[in-house]
Amino acid sequence: MGDLSLDEVSRILARATALENEDPLVRDRILAKRRVALLFYESSTRTRTSFELAAKGLGADTTLVSSLSSSIEKGESLKDTGLTLKALGAEAIILRNAFSGAAWLLEAVTCLPVLNAGDGMHEHPTQALLDLRTILAHLRPGVQSVTAETLAGVTVSIVGDILHSRVARSNMLLLPRLGARVVLCGPKELLPDLAAHVGPGITIERDFEAALRQSQAVMMLRIQAERLSGLQVDLEEYKTRYQLTGQRLAAFAPSALVLHPGPIIRGLELTAGVADGPQSVILEQVRNGVAIRMAVVERALKSTEQGGRA
Amino acid sequence: MTALVIRGGHLIDPAAGVDAVKDLLLKDGRVAEIAGLGKLKQANGAEVLDATGLVVSPGLIDMHVHLREPGQGYKETIATGTAAAAAGGFTAVAAMPNTVPVNDSPEVTRWMQAPERGAAIRVFPIAAATRGSKGEALNDYAALKSAGAVAVSDDGRPILKDNIMRETLTAAARVGLSVIQHAEDTRLTQSAGGSASMNLGPMSFKLGLRGMPPEAESSMVERDIRLVTELREVRAHLHVAHTSTAAALAAVRQARRNGLRVTCEVAPHHFLLTEEHVGLYSTNAKMNPPLRSAADRDAMIEAILDGVVDAIATDHAPHAVHEKEVEFDSAPNGIIGLETALGLSLRWLHKEWKMPLGRVLGLLSAQPAALLNLKGRGTLIVGSFADVVVFDPKAEWTYRAVETKSKSRNTPFDGWTMQGKVRWTISEGRVAFASAPE
Repeated sequence: MGDLSLDEVSRILARATALENEDPLVRDRILAKRRVALLFYESSTRTRTSFELAAKGLGADTTLVSSLSSSIEKGESLKDTGLTLKALGAEAIILRNAFSGAAWLLEAVTCLPVLNAGDGMHEHPTQALLDLRTILAHLRPGVQSVTAETLAGVTVSIVGDILHSRVARSNMLLLPRLGARVVLCGPKELLPDLAAHVGPGITIERDFEAALRQSQAVMMLRIQAERLSGLQVDLEEYKTRYQLTGQRLAAFAPSALVLHPGPIIRGLELTAGVADGPQSVILEQVRNGVAIRMAVVERALKSTEQGGRA
Repeated sequence: MTALVIRGGHLIDPAAGVDAVKDLLLKDGRVAEIAGLGKLKQANGAEVLDATGLVVSPGLIDMHVHLREPGQGYKETIATGTAAAAAGGFTAVAAMPNTVPVNDSPEVTRWMQAPERGAAIRVFPIAAATRGSKGEALNDYAALKSAGAVAVSDDGRPILKDNIMRETLTAAARVGLSVIQHAEDTRLTQSAGGSASMNLGPMSFKLGLRGMPPEAESSMVERDIRLVTELREVRAHLHVAHTSTAAALAAVRQARRNGLRVTCEVAPHHFLLTEEHVGLYSTNAKMNPPLRSAADRDAMIEAILDGVVDAIATDHAPHAVHEKEVEFDSAPNGIIGLETALGLSLRWLHKEWKMPLGRVLGLLSAQPAALLNLKGRGTLIVGSFADVVVFDPKAEWTYRAVETKSKSRNTPFDGWTMQGKVRWTISEGRVAFASAPE
């Protein structure tokens, strides 16, 4: 996320809006018959479907390779899988992988543009961009291009399993660059103190209610059971301290936006009432995902046209 | 065996206190005579190597390498690993036992030293401390020593259990071997979900990689020193392999003040690189112990300069290209280092940080020879083995990993500027490596 300049972020946000409003029949010709491969080593509903709809919406042909129905099961390496997709004509690869840094490896070995759809515990850049689009729509309506002051005075709390969250990392690297304060909130085992040293504009607040009180937006995260690797978390205690309930929201952040990258676990990190309530923008985030991903898929394939990468 | 004269070189032999222009006569694998320029008495008919303007020093000794044989010849063989060593100025290497099978027997120890292996220089096996290096049952150290083992270690893994480490230190001291500990409390670095793959800190958090806390090393060193203290009367010798943290060095420093036989080595990558070199998941910056913080790196330099560090050792750890060209978490630990140790040490320790040449060379020859008790090596006094390196101390050159003599090329130093070019490496009187003159 750190690689993307604010000008580029602005361009992506503007293209997302333009493409969303474009006549589908015109939009369909932008990447007509271009080939995009979706390479998914981890299960996904939102990210995979929205990337696929985004690419198809621009007229591209997409193909999905997932770890359970491919030669990956037979031990084929990421390098060889990538080279195979390239040989089959893929012009860009959208990668979801359980290993941090996998997108860099795939880009280095295939020399194709690789879109990171989530790599291990590292980053999920398109999620941060769609979160930004959602936050801007509510807190800075009408703003299309961002600067270092766009979110000045805004505090965004990210709550829960920060340690294992690529969504948290991408957001904590992006939002402070637009002037926002990021407050991280969670228990020590899911939020080590050193998280505050990852970049500027990041602070840690262990008290959920104190964090809520400061926030214009609250991003709730799921506990990533698949990445806990032996770590024991007492879920009852966790709920007592960190569950976003209607009561807490009304008492401490009655006008804050409630975001969640999904999948949500109702009754754990937030209650059903909050998920379905008026402050929740969770489904709006999902819709924004398609627009943002249209913009980044277009950007990736336009870069190869100009001989920029491939 | 033919005789060889090294003429007109600047002989630096720190163990013998020699630092002057001398002629050397090597005969029958030994140093036969040392004399002033043109004053050798028995040199008739000997082949002459002109070392004018070059430094002549005891051949370098690397007390920590992985030669991968038996069992993993696709990474390295004893022949290719020692060829790389000779090119780097080394005349002896101590080979760690984490081979396949583990070198925990006199048979494997002898096999590694057999002439059929085609070693370019002398290989001294370090035998496994425990059976299969599993940390449970001790091997027969007397038998291993008589087969040629020069120390015991479970390198790659720690000897974790207190009672086993206590027994290891005692049994090794009884036969006069040192115990080389890979100091890592694996309870802090490994979990059900996988092993940590870099230093724990803001950088590992940002990259989404599981981190190895510095305490995993220092707490193990502190535990070992406590055991050595308890075993004071058996005069156990603990040697800490690839020291990487300031806290571990502080513990070693204190143990020495207390008069204990505790020594340590540092690898060039730990006194030159930091965790920042992981960059965007460069697997050539992945090793165990990992690259640490800048403060740790600075502590390595300080301890080398002030003498707490006893030896520079490379931890030469070859891996095939396909093994390193994978996701960072999946890549094996380690980098090669035999061809870059001298060039980096001279470029940085000597030129940049002003360490006298003799002291740098001592860390790479006399001191490791003493630690491993290699009689007649690490010095060039008359009668010692004719293990010599002749190099141009002023020459600067660029290291190219593709030109390596190792089978593998996993190095973070590709393209780095080196100082000091090896002209000849002579192993027991025989030219094991020669480079083209400038």
